[in-house]
Amino acid sequence: MPKTKAVDLVVVGAGPAGMAAAVAAAEAGVEKIILLERQAELGGILPQCIHNGFGLRYFKEELTGPEYAHRFVQELKKHPGLKVKTETMVVTITPDRKVVTTSATEGLVCYQAGAVILAMGCRERPRGAINIPGTRPAGIYTAGSLQYLMNIEGFLPGRSAVILGSGDIGLIMARRLTLEGVRVKAVLELMPYSNGLNRNIVQCLEDFQIPLYLSHTVTEIFGEKRVEKVRVAPVDKDFKPIAEKGFDLSCDTLVLSVGLIPENELSLQIGVELDPATGGPVVDSFYQTTVEGIFACGNVALVHDLVDDVSTESALAGRAAAAYLKGEIKTKRWLPVKAGRNIRSIVPQRIVVGQTTPLYIRARYPERNATLHVGDGQTKQQVVSPGETIYYTLKPEDIRTADGWVEVSLEGGRVHD
Amino acid sequence: MTELTCIVCPVGCRLKVEQGKEGLKIIGNGCRRGVAYARDEMTAPKRMLTAVVQVAGSERMLPVKTETAIPKAKIYAAMEEIKAITVSPPVMIGQVIKENLAESGVPLVATGTIAGEGCFKPLEKSLGSE
Repeated sequence: MPKTKAVDLVVVGAGPAGMAAAVAAAEAGVEKIILLERQAELGGILPQCIHNGFGLRYFKEELTGPEYAHRFVQELKKHPGLKVKTETMVVTITPDRKVVTTSATEGLVCYQAGAVILAMGCRERPRGAINIPGTRPAGIYTAGSLQYLMNIEGFLPGRSAVILGSGDIGLIMARRLTLEGVRVKAVLELMPYSNGLNRNIVQCLEDFQIPLYLSHTVTEIFGEKRVEKVRVAPVDKDFKPIAEKGFDLSCDTLVLSVGLIPENELSLQIGVELDPATGGPVVDSFYQTTVEGIFACGNVALVHDLVDDVSTESALAGRAAAAYLKGEIKTKRWLPVKAGRNIRSIVPQRIVVGQTTPLYIRARYPERNATLHVGDGQTKQQVVSPGETIYYTLKPEDIRTADGWVEVSLEGGRVHD
Repeated sequence: MTELTCIVCPVGCRLKVEQGKEGLKIIGNGCRRGVAYARDEMTAPKRMLTAVVQVAGSERMLPVKTETAIPKAKIYAAMEEIKAITVSPPVMIGQVIKENLAESGVPLVATGTIAGEGCFKPLEKSLGSE
C-alpha cells in the first residue's frame, strides 16, 4: 500500500476549472490543498488557445488563453498551503475520498482528502465516434490535437484542409490554418446551424471567405498513405447522406471538430450519478455530486462555451468545498430540475431550497422570441441556439416547492428562417 | 441597412446599422463597444491578430498577439513578418516582440513566458514541491 497523507482538499486537474476551484478554496481558508495535473504545464487547454476572447466576463478585459492561464497561476502562487503536483496521474478515487496518484518523482501516493473536486475537463470525439468510412491514411486530426501541434509545437499539418464540424474549435482552426498558409476548402456541419459562436463565424470564416456547408458531412475518406480527398454529401432531415448529391473535395488534411465529451472515467469509478443530457455528474447548487464530499465543476460537469463561466462556476465549487469542510453544508432539501419544451440540459440538476443558483441552460434547437420559464420566474430570449448557453439566476422565490421539482422550459418561440 | 454580428466579445450582439443624416445609427448593441465596432466595421475594419513565433533553442513556440486590433487589410502582411521572427529566451509575458508590426503602429507582444534555458518546462514547474 502506498503511504497515505491526510489533506483537506484534493483538486483533480489544473485546467481553468481546477485552478479556479483551488484558488477559491484557499481564499476561503482551506489550508492543505493538493492540485493534481497529469501534464507538465498548468492551464489545461488554455496554453494552446492562443486566440483572444477569454476573460471578458471574469476579468472584464480581453485576454488570450495563455494570458488567462497566467492570471490563475499567479493566484496559485499566493497560497503556500496549496501544493501543485504536475506530471501526476490519478489512478483511483474511492467514495470515502482516498485519491491514489502516481508520478515518476514520488511513485504511488495516497491522499486521504476531506473533500475532492473533480475538474478533469473534457475530451474530443475522434473519427471512431462518428464512423466515417474509408481508408485510414495519415492527415486526419481532431481540431484540438491539431491546435496543440500548431500552436505549441509549431508544426503545419499539410497544405489543404477540410474541416468537419463548425463548433468553436473548428472555426478557430479554420482561421489559424488559413493564416499559416494552409488552404481551407470548406467547413462542413451536419446540423442545419453552426454550434459555434456567431462572432467566430464572422471573424474566422467570413473574413477569409471560407465556405460553410450546413447540413453536410463527410461520407468517405480517400488516400493510401496520406489523405487525398474526401467525399462530401448533403444530409436529409434525418441526417442521412444524400449520396447522389455528393461531391469530392481534394485535400491532404481532414480536421474533425465533432464534439466534446466530459471526461468522467474517475467519476464513474467513484460511483457518482451522471446526467445523460450533459455527460457529466449530477450536481447540486453547491456543485456537490451525488456522493457526499465529492464536487465537480467546469467541463467535466458540462461542456461550457466560455472559460469565464468555467472559472465562475469552479470558484463557486471551491468556496462550497471550503464550507463543506467547515461543516457549514449539511444535507439540505433539494428539488430536481425538469427539462421542458426545447430544453436539452440544465446545470445544476439539483436546486438546494433557499439557495440562489446560477443556471446554465442549453436549448435543443434554435428559436426566436421565446420566453424562458424557470419555476415562477421568466425572461425574454430574443434568440436561443444550442451553441449558446442561456443564463438564468434562479432565486429562492422562483421555486414552487409544492411542485417537487423546478421546471425549465422555453415557451412561445418560433423556429427562425 | 446593414446587419452585423458584433465580434468584440463572445456575446456576439446582432447589430443593425443605418446610414442616417447625422451619421451612422446603430441599434442592437449590448454595450458601448458595439457602437465603436460597428463604426469601424463600416469604415475601416480592424482585427486582433494572434499567432506563435519560434524560440531559439526550444521546441516550443511562443504565443504572441497584436497589442490592439490592426487594420484587417494588413493581416497577411503582419503574418509574413511574424513568420520571420525567432526570439531568444528569456521572454516575459507582455514583452514587446516587434514594434510597429506591418506598419500598423501597433506592437506585437508576447502572451506567454519562456524562461531561459531548458525552456520546455514552464516557470510554474518550480511551484509547490512539498
